[in-house]
Amino acid sequence: MSLLSLLAALDDGSTSARAATENALDRAARHADLNALITIAADAARAAGDAADAERARGARGALLGVPFAHKDVFCTRDILSTAGSKMLANFVPPYSATIHDKLQAAGAVLIGKANMDEFAMGSSNEHSHFGAVRNPWDRSRVPGGSSGGSAALVAARVVPFATASDTGGSIRQPAALCGVTGIKPTYGRVSRYGMIAYASSLDQAGVIATSAHDAAIALNVIAGFDPRDPTSVDAPPIDIDGALAMSLAGLRIGRPRQWCGAGIDAGVANAIDAALAVYAAHGARIVDVDLPSSEHAIAAYYVIAPAEASSNLARFDGVRYGHRCANPKDLADLYTRSREEGFGHEVQKRILTGTYVLSAGYYDAYYHRALKVRRLIAEDFARVFNDVDVIAGPTSPSVAFKLGEKLADPVAMYLADINTVSVNLAGLPALSIPCGFSDGLPVGLQLCAPWWQESRLIGAAHAFQQVTDWHRAVPGGAA
Amino acid sequence: MLATIGLEVHVQLQTHSKIFSGAATAYGAEPNAQACAVDLGMPGTLPVMNAEAVRLAIRLGLALGSTIAPRSVFARKNYFYPDLPKGYQISQFEAPILIGGGVDIRVGDTEKRIALTRAHLEEDAGKSVHDAFHRDSGIDLNRAGTPLLEIVSEPVIESATEAVAYLKALHTLVRWLGVSDGNMQEGSFRCDANVSVRRPGESLGTRAEIKNVNSFRFVEKAIDYEIERQIRLIESGGKVVQETRLYDAQRDETRSMRGKESAHDYRYFPDPDLPPLVLDAALIAAERDALPELPDARRQRYQSALGLTAYDATQLTQDRALSEAFEAVIAASGAPAKLCANWVLSEWQGALNAANLSIEQSPLSAARLGGLVARVHDGSLSSKMAKQAFEAMFAGTESADDVIARLGLKQVSDSGALGAHVDAVISEHPAQVAQFRAGNEKLLAFFVGQIMKRTQGQANPAQVTVLLRERLQ
Amino acid sequence: MSLQTSTLHHIAQLARLRIEPEHEAAMAAEMSAVLGLFEQLAKAPVDALEPLSHPGDPTLRLRADTVTELDARDDFERIAPSMMGGYYLVPKVIE
Ligand SMILES: [Mg+2]
Ligand SMILES: [Zn+2]
Repeated sequence: MSLLSLLAALDDGSTSARAATENALDRAARHADLNALITIAADAARAAGDAADAERARGARGALLGVPFAHKDVFCTRDILSTAGSKMLANFVPPYSATIHDKLQAAGAVLIGKANMDEFAMGSSNEHSHFGAVRNPWDRSRVPGGSSGGSAALVAARVVPFATASDTGGSIRQPAALCGVTGIKPTYGRVSRYGMIAYASSLDQAGVIATSAHDAAIALNVIAGFDPRDPTSVDAPPIDIDGALAMSLAGLRIGRPRQWCGAGIDAGVANAIDAALAVYAAHGARIVDVDLPSSEHAIAAYYVIAPAEASSNLARFDGVRYGHRCANPKDLADLYTRSREEGFGHEVQKRILTGTYVLSAGYYDAYYHRALKVRRLIAEDFARVFNDVDVIAGPTSPSVAFKLGEKLADPVAMYLADINTVSVNLAGLPALSIPCGFSDGLPVGLQLCAPWWQESRLIGAAHAFQQVTDWHRAVPGGAA
Repeated sequence: MLATIGLEVHVQLQTHSKIFSGAATAYGAEPNAQACAVDLGMPGTLPVMNAEAVRLAIRLGLALGSTIAPRSVFARKNYFYPDLPKGYQISQFEAPILIGGGVDIRVGDTEKRIALTRAHLEEDAGKSVHDAFHRDSGIDLNRAGTPLLEIVSEPVIESATEAVAYLKALHTLVRWLGVSDGNMQEGSFRCDANVSVRRPGESLGTRAEIKNVNSFRFVEKAIDYEIERQIRLIESGGKVVQETRLYDAQRDETRSMRGKESAHDYRYFPDPDLPPLVLDAALIAAERDALPELPDARRQRYQSALGLTAYDATQLTQDRALSEAFEAVIAASGAPAKLCANWVLSEWQGALNAANLSIEQSPLSAARLGGLVARVHDGSLSSKMAKQAFEAMFAGTESADDVIARLGLKQVSDSGALGAHVDAVISEHPAQVAQFRAGNEKLLAFFVGQIMKRTQGQANPAQVTVLLRERLQ
Repeated sequence: MSLQTSTLHHIAQLARLRIEPEHEAAMAAEMSAVLGLFEQLAKAPVDALEPLSHPGDPTLRLRADTVTELDARDDFERIAPSMMGGYYLVPKVIE
């Protein structure tokens, strides 16, 4: 059931929050093989469901009152295990909550559990989780994408109508694409980062995964908004959902970056994207080819900047105040090095080492400093293109979901698969991915990206597409 | 050999809350009771900058004549240490908030301006306790996140005496401006000294850094010791190594700090959580308008306009509360500045020191003291009586006039009443009168003494002298 | 480019990560491959550009100097690996 229809059913009394919660818990159990949840908070969820029903009986109507959801386990939830997919935090029960959790609680949403993810949000396949890989509901031998693989899989399997997620280099959009659901990464600063366990602070942005753009917009407006606890939070007006829903495609200028559709794109993906753009054109949009010439530098800039920030952000995990601490440290150095070696997985260690390297004396200028300049080049590319078009569109991922283990042996190939998503984070722009077809029976995602704060335009463009297509209604075989 | 010293002073900014969190900065709390999620570096927490720390830095910068950077950048200094919860210190590196400026010092009769390189905002670390636990060290993070301004001087200080003069002037200034309480025991004003020596004509020698010396006296001793050590080392053919040394006050020596990581690579980079600090002109202008008269200007005014000695003027401008109290005494008494200065510096300060009280804690207010000085100035009290009155007033709450009335201290100046005593003394001592008239001037003091005795000390000696001369001539 | 083992050791020491000797070669090889990607940066025409460290070039927001956080040591102590008398414990630090 979609978020909208569930809200309607709750409003007209044809279902209850408790029933919706039981249904979500039941579906979570039936899809346990996806390994999409690290923690199931069944008792708390039932209590929250009952509380929501009691409130509704008193006439209350919170924006998400009684709607079950899952958090990506990157968000801290008071008194509930919050692991970031890491052994380092396998025992971490924070005494505080992420701001977005407080907002969801205030809106009456019912947390059923914490979704699996790549450790510290580092990965594009959800194979880098201490709690095991997540499986793609469309084909359990394949990855769901990452790092928000658990969130995407849960929504794809219709366990919950929406889930929170985070996106540092594509971690909402790419798993949404690979799982056939809608995922939106808002403008940097729209959603508070407080309580979201940091990967790369200047790139990280929280968002949501749902089954439609309309549903995603409703959930996004709940978690968005100014937060005094986040130094980069911006007091932006909420998304104008009504305006977005009324938006016409007639005259919409859609830029198609040549660099997003170049070599390396699977033919099946390219075909689905072409077909989707044809739908837009058929409804009055103008498709124009545009250039983002600096895209070719984006992967390099991203894999310098993100690990650099991560190497510093993850220095706090030292076994002293919380998290994993090695047994019987013989001295301080042993406490640090062994706790960190034991607590962090291979990919995280590699990124910490890479980040340490690019910041270290003698390499800073050639790598980190230069990458920041490339970042400006990339941001200027987008700004120039947005002088001529309203949104830009292309494949979210160059391929459909790949086999578990297929790319683990070639990490660089895995990094290169992020080619269309990372530049958006480097520039801080809002973007979303919507299902737009299939290739070999696996979903293909269309990425739409808009200028700063133009989420309404993105939602409008995506919603219009979803009004005339059914891709977002397709459900994986075992899910219904 | 010549010594060259550069000082790095960490001044704790006087704020209620920490630089990046809403935890209190009050001193002396239970361990870790004032360390919130942000201070503890809990996952997902974020720093939000305290406006007051920025204002205080601007205020000090204006007083030091520094350039207030229109744009400064917070950077992360990355290193592992148990008292550093996040594994990095948020500081400023390439773009500090204050650039340049200087502090005027006087050593003996020479004046010198100590130029500053820069001053930057940063967070303090926590504190390690090494001897409370058997095999462990204990970490208290209450101090973590306390706002600091690190003030870096150019290497232009040439002796321990100059270093101390510089530190004292800076210490006076930060307290004067309300930038810091300057409490050195509590670590609100800490100093690292970079010391090197060289032969005249040579370029700067290799420096050793002496860490965290927290009293003026120890700074002086530590620098003197270090200069001596380096000279001895070089003269005996050795070489100074660049290192960090710790001053041991008990043994009065500096020692190499072992156990600290040798090869530092702090990997400074702009803090991705904190965008650049951009200061608008209005904020700087507001601080400039609110700036009080500075200690140097006030000292000069006391000398030129009030006619105080350099010594008194310097003493009175050591501390803003003292200086303000002095001016309040002048206002309340209407007496000359010199007389007021004497009372403030000798009696009042003496009594405060003896009671171990600061001027802010004084039981005697400047207004009440002014009332007393007024009675001294108009001749109602002899200096002996005034001291007696002062003691009663310092301990109690009475006004000068109430104390004078209660103790019956009023000086008798009325010539009618005094005339009777003068006549009586003259008639009682005919022999002395004859000797005086024969030219023995010294006997005047004898007659005054007799009259003071008859009046139990209440006669105004100046008035008595005038009357005696009239009658004995 | 290929990462020297000595460089890897130095970086691992800075990052306080212990790498098992038998993992060193694999880690060095993977990192070398990633560092190879970075050669691309040298080709970007960026000499005239200012670095962009915060997307959107925002400026720092300041907060009022008020105490908002109360003592929550008990909450934090519950999740601390080793604490005594209110202090976090670490193996003795020699100074
Ligand atoms: Mg320093
Ligand atoms: Zn410092």
